[in-house]
Amino acid sequence: MLEGLLIGLETALSLQNLLMVIGGCLIGTFIGMLPGLGPMSIIAIMIPVAISIGDASAALILLAGVYYGAIFGGSTSSILLNAPGVAGTVASSFDGYPLARQGKAGKALTIAAIASFAGGTIGAILLMIFAPALSSVALLFHSAEYFALMVVGLSAIAAFAGTGQIAKAMIMTILGLIMATVGEGALFNLPRFTMGIMDLQSGFGFITLAMAMFALPEALFLVLKPKTLKAGESEITELRITRAEAKAIAPVIGRQSLQGFFIGVLPGAGATIASFLGYAVERNIAPKDEQEQFGKGSIKGLAAPETANNAACTGSFVPLLTLGIPGSGTTAILLGALIALNVSPGPRLMIDEPQIFWAVIMSMFIGNLVLLILNLPLIPYIAKVLAIPRNYLIPFILFFTLMGAYIGQNNATELLLLIGFGICATALKFADYPLAPLLIGFILGGMMEDNFARSMQLYDGVAFIWERPMTLGLLVIALILIILPSYRARRAKYHASGVADGS
Amino acid sequence: MMTFNIGRRALMASAVAVLGFATPAMADGHKILDSIHFLIPGGAGGGWDGTARGTGEALTTAGLVGSASYENMSGGGGGKAIGYLIENADSNHGTLMVNSTPIVIRSLTGVFPHNFRDLTLVSGTIGDYAAMVVGKDSPINSMDDLIAAYDADPSATAIGGGSVPGGMDHLVAAMVMEAAGKDALGVKYIPYDAGGNAMAALLSGEIAALSTGFSEAVDLANAGEVKIIGVTSADRVPAAPDAMTMMEQGIDTTFVNWRGFFAAPGLPDDKLAMYQDAIAQMYDTAEWEDVRARNGWVNIHNSGGDFQTFLEEQETVIGDLMKKLGFL
Repeated sequence: MLEGLLIGLETALSLQNLLMVIGGCLIGTFIGMLPGLGPMSIIAIMIPVAISIGDASAALILLAGVYYGAIFGGSTSSILLNAPGVAGTVASSFDGYPLARQGKAGKALTIAAIASFAGGTIGAILLMIFAPALSSVALLFHSAEYFALMVVGLSAIAAFAGTGQIAKAMIMTILGLIMATVGEGALFNLPRFTMGIMDLQSGFGFITLAMAMFALPEALFLVLKPKTLKAGESEITELRITRAEAKAIAPVIGRQSLQGFFIGVLPGAGATIASFLGYAVERNIAPKDEQEQFGKGSIKGLAAPETANNAACTGSFVPLLTLGIPGSGTTAILLGALIALNVSPGPRLMIDEPQIFWAVIMSMFIGNLVLLILNLPLIPYIAKVLAIPRNYLIPFILFFTLMGAYIGQNNATELLLLIGFGICATALKFADYPLAPLLIGFILGGMMEDNFARSMQLYDGVAFIWERPMTLGLLVIALILIILPSYRARRAKYHASGVADGS
Repeated sequence: MMTFNIGRRALMASAVAVLGFATPAMADGHKILDSIHFLIPGGAGGGWDGTARGTGEALTTAGLVGSASYENMSGGGGGKAIGYLIENADSNHGTLMVNSTPIVIRSLTGVFPHNFRDLTLVSGTIGDYAAMVVGKDSPINSMDDLIAAYDADPSATAIGGGSVPGGMDHLVAAMVMEAAGKDALGVKYIPYDAGGNAMAALLSGEIAALSTGFSEAVDLANAGEVKIIGVTSADRVPAAPDAMTMMEQGIDTTFVNWRGFFAAPGLPDDKLAMYQDAIAQMYDTAEWEDVRARNGWVNIHNSGGDFQTFLEEQETVIGDLMKKLGFL
């Protein structure tokens, strides 16, 4: 292994390859900030460039830089503008954006950068040591378990079901699940609920909905209620994290690196599930007073999904490198690139071409490290986006939002949908309905339905729930995660209001 | 509308130029067309996208076409782009749209109101055979074994695929079982949303066999992870000489998932001839060979009339099968 590491280091540390990784990180970060261009599309754009380099290691190192840069860039728009560009960073906006609103944008970005770095690096270490052993873990889950895992992920909505909000959060979740049924699912060859509109045939676009639920209402809110913003609020204070804060997030980062990595290893789960689960789990195990902070700007609530999604991205390389199975859209594109470079991933990769395997691992370490080094000094400047006078900032957010919905699909109908949903979302926001549960329901709904229907077909009914112990176990965990917080909230309310009202 | 289009194209073209796609044409004196605008009915990164960009790259670097631009227009499973090309036919003489087998399947199911006859057929360029695949530890080693397992317990012999029921992978599985004399309706087909997930399900033992594209399975088969028990080509494919064809095993069926190019209806004949000429000459260039090999595509060239015959045949076979399966 040491020998392999040295081969990898030697390859990675040449001047050309260092330039590649720096260039890749910069390109990835800046393009990644645009919602609508997630890691998948950026890598797809960069592949011809990478392939024309010819050298497989150099190409991989460039792509790794782009990949990590894009993930970090995506978090930036979630945190600063509440505009998550990919599903994996939705959970980062839950606490990242409130932090930014409190003038702690710099701190939030620093936490995101450090959490991403730690998640990616710890993930790479796990990958390095356990990759061959983990190929069997990747195949442990059947559709039934994926369904149960999505249900556990759905329990993240509990974080938004604060006192008196349970019914509202449930309504929004169900609305999200309903919206996920529009269009052609994986299970029917006929469009559902499209009302004959061709643009709805492939369902609502994730980015359109994310922009409509998060970024657009936020911008409209600023326009409609200008007085709620105090004069000094856009000022950026607190760039650095304190020692106490570092201490608080360290265990979160440790736990989520492991959990995220293992969820990433499963080909049907990936970064999105990992980030929601990470958020839900950390909220549930946090002490009561910190739990209240989740959703309102908790540093733990930001560190958890950021660590988990990066660790999961690294974990998704396990099935890719050891089995040749792409677990996500991004790894599917990377698989194409590898094959184009005459590398066929699979069980023989480590035996036939160990230098490629080690180059991938080293490129992960270097990509993460370079990203951290490049971004920490840049953070104050990136955070300054929020210091732009609001007269300019709001049009900028609107442009950014509209462009994000349009750019991936080149379909103008997305803009109409965006504005329609954006207005509905703004009305809901005024009525104090939490919007995040809707998006969580929408993201998980489709995957949940597909896996549920597949299990039903395979078992000719719902027998899989009790015939597969792991499914049952996961569903029990989900039940506990959903019931426990509301029970606790109810009891706290009960105690607070005295015995009298008894509700 | 027109200015909007130009703006969009200019934007695409400049983006393309920045990214180094538009390598200056090596003017060898055999340039056939000044430019081609590729219309891609799906998002970036998919199979259609790769086909259009790969073909454009080969055509421009080989100097057959001066420059290529690309436009992604997703929606309606490809129906939006088809509709757009038909509605704006007169202003789209410079446009080629990429498409593949689903244009036949999906017009049959009525997912979109048009079919290939509403367009000008340019050429079918590449293709991929379909394959039946099982895991390396599976007791099944041939189509006979699979059919025996199916006869013994149809409900436990689930066949998976990366398309919706009634989609390509399902139709191939049904076609094979039908040709083997079994009831295609009895096949338990489990759909997955992507080829990768379907492959993971096969390896995890959730499904007994997988109906998939040959090129998607060949690398894993060569790595010893899966066994290809039947290919839908007429003769064995050089990339996997050990994989038996369906024909060899007494299952009289062949299938090609083609990809090719269409133009707007009413395209002048001279322009059509130029497109077909450029594509035909492309096969002899080293640049195309690079792109083809990089993507693992199989050259299956059908131009003009041949393309029409090919599509009509495929439409009949698939249409009959879909009627039988109750999808029509």
